[in-house]
Amino acid sequence: MSTPEASTTKKVQVRRYKPEENPKEHYLNAEKGVWAWMTTIDHKKIGLLYLGSITFFFFVGGMLALLLRTELLTPAQSFIDADVYNQVFTLHGAIMIFFFLVPSVPAALGNFILPLQLGAKDVAFPRLNLASFYIYTIGTIFTLIAIFTGGIDTGWTFYTPYSTQTGTNVLLMTFGIFILGFSSILTGVNFIVTIHKLRAPGLTWNKLPLNVWALYATSIIQVLATPVLAITLLLLVMERALGIGVFDPSIGGDPVLFQHFFWFYSHPAVYIMIVPGFGVISEVISTFSRKVIFGYWAIALSSLAIAFIGFLVWGHHMFVAGQSSLASMVFSFLTFLVGIPTGIKIFNWLATMYKGSIDMKAPMLYAMVFLFLFTIGGFTGIMLGSLAVDIHLHDTYYVVAHFHYVMMGGMVMALLAGLHYWWPKMFGKMYSEFFARISCVIIFIGFNLAFLPQFVMGSQGMPRRYFNYIDQYQAFHQLSTIGAYIMAVGFVIMAGYMIHSLLRGKPASANPWGSRAMEWQTSSPAPHHNFEHIPVIINGPYDYHKPMSEFQLGIAHSTNGHQSFEKVDVNVKSAEEKA
Amino acid sequence: MNRLTEFMLPPAKSTTAGEVDALFHFINVTSIILLAGITFTIIYFAWKYRRRSEDDVTPVITHNSKLEITWSVIPLILVMIVFGWGLSGYMNLTTAPDDAYEVRVVAKSWLWEFHYQNGHVSVNELHVPVDRPVKLVMSSDDVIHSFFVPDYRIKRDVLPNRYTSVWFEAIETGESIIHCTEYCGRAHSDMNATVFVHTQEDFETWLESADAIDEDMPPAERGEALVTRSGCMACHSTDGSRMVGPTFQGLWMAERTMEDGEVVTADENYIRESILEPNARINEGYDPVMPSYQGTLSDRQIDDIIEYIKTLD
Ligand code: HEC
Ligand SMILES: [Cu+2]
Ligand SMILES: [Cu+2]
Repeated sequence: MSTPEASTTKKVQVRRYKPEENPKEHYLNAEKGVWAWMTTIDHKKIGLLYLGSITFFFFVGGMLALLLRTELLTPAQSFIDADVYNQVFTLHGAIMIFFFLVPSVPAALGNFILPLQLGAKDVAFPRLNLASFYIYTIGTIFTLIAIFTGGIDTGWTFYTPYSTQTGTNVLLMTFGIFILGFSSILTGVNFIVTIHKLRAPGLTWNKLPLNVWALYATSIIQVLATPVLAITLLLLVMERALGIGVFDPSIGGDPVLFQHFFWFYSHPAVYIMIVPGFGVISEVISTFSRKVIFGYWAIALSSLAIAFIGFLVWGHHMFVAGQSSLASMVFSFLTFLVGIPTGIKIFNWLATMYKGSIDMKAPMLYAMVFLFLFTIGGFTGIMLGSLAVDIHLHDTYYVVAHFHYVMMGGMVMALLAGLHYWWPKMFGKMYSEFFARISCVIIFIGFNLAFLPQFVMGSQGMPRRYFNYIDQYQAFHQLSTIGAYIMAVGFVIMAGYMIHSLLRGKPASANPWGSRAMEWQTSSPAPHHNFEHIPVIINGPYDYHKPMSEFQLGIAHSTNGHQSFEKVDVNVKSAEEKA
Repeated sequence: MNRLTEFMLPPAKSTTAGEVDALFHFINVTSIILLAGITFTIIYFAWKYRRRSEDDVTPVITHNSKLEITWSVIPLILVMIVFGWGLSGYMNLTTAPDDAYEVRVVAKSWLWEFHYQNGHVSVNELHVPVDRPVKLVMSSDDVIHSFFVPDYRIKRDVLPNRYTSVWFEAIETGESIIHCTEYCGRAHSDMNATVFVHTQEDFETWLESADAIDEDMPPAERGEALVTRSGCMACHSTDGSRMVGPTFQGLWMAERTMEDGEVVTADENYIRESILEPNARINEGYDPVMPSYQGTLSDRQIDDIIEYIKTLD
């Protein structure tokens, strides 16, 4: 809809820039050496730094999960004791949430892809971006120290008064997460400003890729919700260090207050983790169906709707915690309302596939796995949002299974879809399609085997965070453990072909998937400054009915000796009008 | 589908469980139907519209208002049904009938105490009459715990700074397990108890005789029964193995080193103090987690326990 309005339109001379294939110079070899990496302000490299960190933490968190699952093969103690077990499940949760999921799509993939999708050279504040990464690093260092000097055993939720009384190192750990929060806030601010200010000429709000809309919604949540977590953790630190009674009833505090504060952040945080996944899925489904996305505005606005309603549902974690019936009623009602935009998205994606030209490459396969698993996560969420049933299911394995379906089946699958999708752009290499599909299928089987039984034992009454359990649940636990191992095999295969791709992969073309999206209209790997020209946008990112040439238009930078063909005259909304 | 629900849920043994189960069943069935539809659509589309050539041309379908309204409104209606149904069930689960029999529940790390109206206290065993509403008024002595009986579909957090309550009416005699479902530290997963449902007469006899059962036994045996009944075995062993607390084996007259380096001999006074004021002196290498039994165990009962400990060498 680039209908020009007389007052806000100016004419620009554009011409076509075909992306260069197999460029000699690109962002990966623009600067060399460890120091250059550590001081880089290139958003793509910072994205890769995050990618490396989250891969590391995913590995650590995954190993911890395998430890837990192995211990749970038998009802009583088998090889670690209750204290170690409690520390391990706390770390598994805290690492996976704070160090892996929260920064995964926004900070890792988002950093890499956002400016490319906007046709910008970088994010709005490149130095701040690097600072965010270092803040993240400092936060992780604090946490690692906490782990090696006593560990923590409170669960990732740090519920008071247990967390103010336990002998373990809660102070350092919460302080680490407190610091981490600032990284999240700053990335959010950076993205919001970037999206407002750095869109290429012609890239109006109605042409924004859905991934950008999703990152926009996520950034808003990051900026608004994370400070509450920071305040909560600070109060906890004050209580433990200075003995000021806030949450601990033995010194005059109220433990339920902590739960309110904590979930006021942590429920929106669930959407920090999942909304960017929605963005990735929209991109992947449209590209591999080679079809215009169905319901652009429905998908874009539902992300924002989820972001806003998501702030008002935190009490659904506390239906049995002693909040008033009226509060429970309101929270339950709003929780169901969030379900609607989520459902709409799923239907929109299905409709996008209708009459498409579907290519089941690895990213698309992951997107389909996402659809299936996330739908289960959604339905079981409805089950838990329903007041009477939640009383029975709260704090059982049903909840554990539910959030793994959402977080792992949803977010991690979306992350993997995005990683496989953008991999050629990141490294200029292709991976083995065959092994990628194999590992996707193995992970899918392993995942369901690991978590479906948990729904059953949870419904039967198996509480979560149990080191010992009664014999009747043993078969379910064993199935679950076998599933976890199968999943691990899938990830090992993935590590194998990814490393192989980096070392010996076939070179990737600029646009291996035939996508219309802007990040594919530049060479692979991307040039140091993303584009050798200033891209000019006249079509939406999903307009597969328009010729590829219309997606490669741009204005020259001052010195640029690239091949040029046609000269096109287009009307483009002026840059001044956008912000 | 009925089979699935039966398989997934524990037996329903309270008057309110049926309604919860019906809603559980409804959500499951609806979800499975919708999920099957979505999955079928994915697979069918992926096959039917698979890419045939690189030059495939796809139609431009940007939206369809009728379709979009349909798939927004139908789910909205469904979730509103679920919401209303869940709310009414919740109201039933949270409003206890006026004539309910009241039992006080005290949670401590890591045991459950049940105080009956005649002053009797049982530990880790809740005795109730069948076909009569029972209301539990609960509080915690330390951190947050949560009272969960899967067979009754009831759960409620137990807080240190206020009372919470939960009620149920058992529909058959027998036993059901109680779990703590709010993580509370090392022995969280051992913080289980049992509900014993008696007929009204049996319940009354139990209540009257509960304190008297020990009268004729020798003190050491009475002590053994008390130790089992009071939940000491959750943390102490009698076979020399180390649990959350030190073992009772060989405790009598042994030399114990305290946290501050003091060495004490485990005589009557020390054991008595350990039970009534466990945190006055802490054994080296242990955490101050033992709950106080002040008000739970009488002096006579403590004498019996001491007699019992004497026999464990
Ligand atoms: C929640 C766990 C727990 C329960 C239940 C518990 N204790 Fe203890 N007990 C401990 C711990 C831990 C210690 C060691 C720390 C200390 O000295 O307080 C201890 C210490 C003791 C000691 C001193 C032992 C020594 O070797 O010095 C005695 C005696 C004792 N308990 C008796 C009892 C009796 C009798 C009961 C039941 C009526 C009981 N405990 C229930 C945890 C528990
Ligand atoms: Cu939530
Ligand atoms: Cu507990």
